[in-house]
Amino acid sequence: MIRFTFKRLMLMVLMLLGLLAITFTISHIVPADPAALAAGPDANVEMIERYRVEYGLDRPLAEQFLVYLGKLLSGDWGKSIHTTRPVWDDLVTYFPNTVELVVFSIAIAVLFGIPLGIVAAVNQNRPIDHVIRVLTVTGVAMPMFWLGLMAQLFFALKLGWFPLGGRIEMMTDPPQAITHLLLVDALLNGHFGTFVDALHHMVLPAVALCFPALASIIRVNRAEMLETLKQDYIVNARAQGLSTFRIVAVYALRNAMLPTMAMIGLRFGWMLGGTVLIETVFDWPGIGLYAVQAAISSDFEPIMGATIVLGFFFMLTNLLIDMIYGTLDPRVREQV
Amino acid sequence: MAELTKEAHELTVSLDWRERHVSTIRMLRLYARTFARNGSAMLGLGLVLLFLTTAAIGPYFVPFPDDATGSVHIERKLQPPDAVHWFGTDEVGNDVFTRVIVGARVTLQIACIITGVAMLIGIPLGMIAGYMGGWVQEVIMRITDVFLSVPGLMLAIAIVGALGPGIVNAMVALSLVWWPGYVRLVQAKTLSLKNEIYVDAARSMGAGSLRIVFVHLLPNCTSPIIVKASMDMGMAILGAASLGFLGLGAQPPFPEWGAMISVARTYLPDWWWYSFFPGTAIVITVLGFNLLGDGLRDILDPKHRE
Repeated sequence: MIRFTFKRLMLMVLMLLGLLAITFTISHIVPADPAALAAGPDANVEMIERYRVEYGLDRPLAEQFLVYLGKLLSGDWGKSIHTTRPVWDDLVTYFPNTVELVVFSIAIAVLFGIPLGIVAAVNQNRPIDHVIRVLTVTGVAMPMFWLGLMAQLFFALKLGWFPLGGRIEMMTDPPQAITHLLLVDALLNGHFGTFVDALHHMVLPAVALCFPALASIIRVNRAEMLETLKQDYIVNARAQGLSTFRIVAVYALRNAMLPTMAMIGLRFGWMLGGTVLIETVFDWPGIGLYAVQAAISSDFEPIMGATIVLGFFFMLTNLLIDMIYGTLDPRVREQV
Repeated sequence: MAELTKEAHELTVSLDWRERHVSTIRMLRLYARTFARNGSAMLGLGLVLLFLTTAAIGPYFVPFPDDATGSVHIERKLQPPDAVHWFGTDEVGNDVFTRVIVGARVTLQIACIITGVAMLIGIPLGMIAGYMGGWVQEVIMRITDVFLSVPGLMLAIAIVGALGPGIVNAMVALSLVWWPGYVRLVQAKTLSLKNEIYVDAARSMGAGSLRIVFVHLLPNCTSPIIVKASMDMGMAILGAASLGFLGLGAQPPFPEWGAMISVARTYLPDWWWYSFFPGTAIVITVLGFNLLGDGLRDILDPKHRE
């Protein structure tokens, strides 16, 4: 297991380097002349050349890449034109909001997805199974941003049950930042009102974000449960007179969980991408909204920063899933 | 010996087309029957056909053809759906129905290009990696892994950020994040096929690598590729619409569904029809491709039949 973990970690370092190579390529090579871009539209040839030397753009690409890596490691991620602050500070401010949203959302997807998958499998081809299938099939086909808009239209504007968007009410004082996770900070500071308010703001975006994940989890869990329920040991358990609940919850679920776990991990990663859309719809001050605003104004450094952070956590999720898989299933360890 | 081959040849020629292809016909008939018995697959096929028909001939029959290219009729702006404007009108008085119909053609083009480019890059790379093995495979697969290690939408946004917003750049970006999926799929399939006896047989008869890969291996990879392509059409539509919605893809007044919703959201809740109908069009289309993909998998991959 130690060897497996070590190998996976080394692989992740390599992948991270690959990711940085991509962001480097996008920001240093794709624009026809980065120096001209940095110098601005009114710059003359002399100014552009000065920028080229100042930013080291006249040196070989390999050297530029090393300088780029060195800067990233020393915490110099550049500056955002949009917010006029260092990108690193912006990411520290915005990323925790994204983490809260995504974690809350995947929790909803798991909490509802697994039971619904079981219910569908146990009642295969009965009406309830068909209802759940319609839910899963439309869930995957729904554009997340449109679902968010329609949820806003109905639950926020028509019914008034939830706020339209944002992280907390304008007038609420944010609690003192300890972990930068608003919900946790509110609890640590004892601001229960803020906690409830923040949670209230999170419901609609989290539900809209969780839909594709919910659908996939239901699907995989249903298929795996069906497969497991056909096994001999389940027939044996049934023959011994165990209750359906015990058979499903104790005997079958454990074996069906392995592929479901993989799907949860995969979908968690996808959510990190999907959150961009939901944050834009709900004006959620997370890293996705930050990246989109930067992308619209071709503000490179924030986009690259956001890409690196999201990519890093995406890889970390995959690593964790692999580790869990490796612990549960020794065959996986051999394959790497 | 020569006579024997000649005899066999004459025997084959004397059979008519139907007799020679009897096994293929039987197989196709089985596919058709399995597919037709699957309600959701038929629904998917119906929706996809509806979408394709709309994209093909719809733009010739729309009531207000000028509205698709962004004409202005301020006097009839933001009218609710009625007998003339079935889906209402938008903020400059354009007929939303017209724009949704024309949007179908735009969407089909975008989806075909993204999926097509992804397949053109991904399938050859996957075949090379799977067939050659060794360091070639190692290099290709690691690069693929890197591309798969970032959320696709985020990487697409980064690329569009570098290239500048616009429909062409959005398609380039989405194609660039789409191909790794095909590499993984085709590589795995090629790897499992390349030690089959018929490959050895072909090699022993002196077939070159190119011939083995494209004549003997590729046809056996088609079923998973078809299934994935069908699903990907839906996903590519979602991706392009998402970029359009974020303001990074098609720019208004271009009649792309995502871009329409991006403008329409500022007119919620009172002018709900403006964002409701383009969104519904996306859902129906993507749903169609997904159901079709599921149905195709059921017939092409017996393991998935329930």
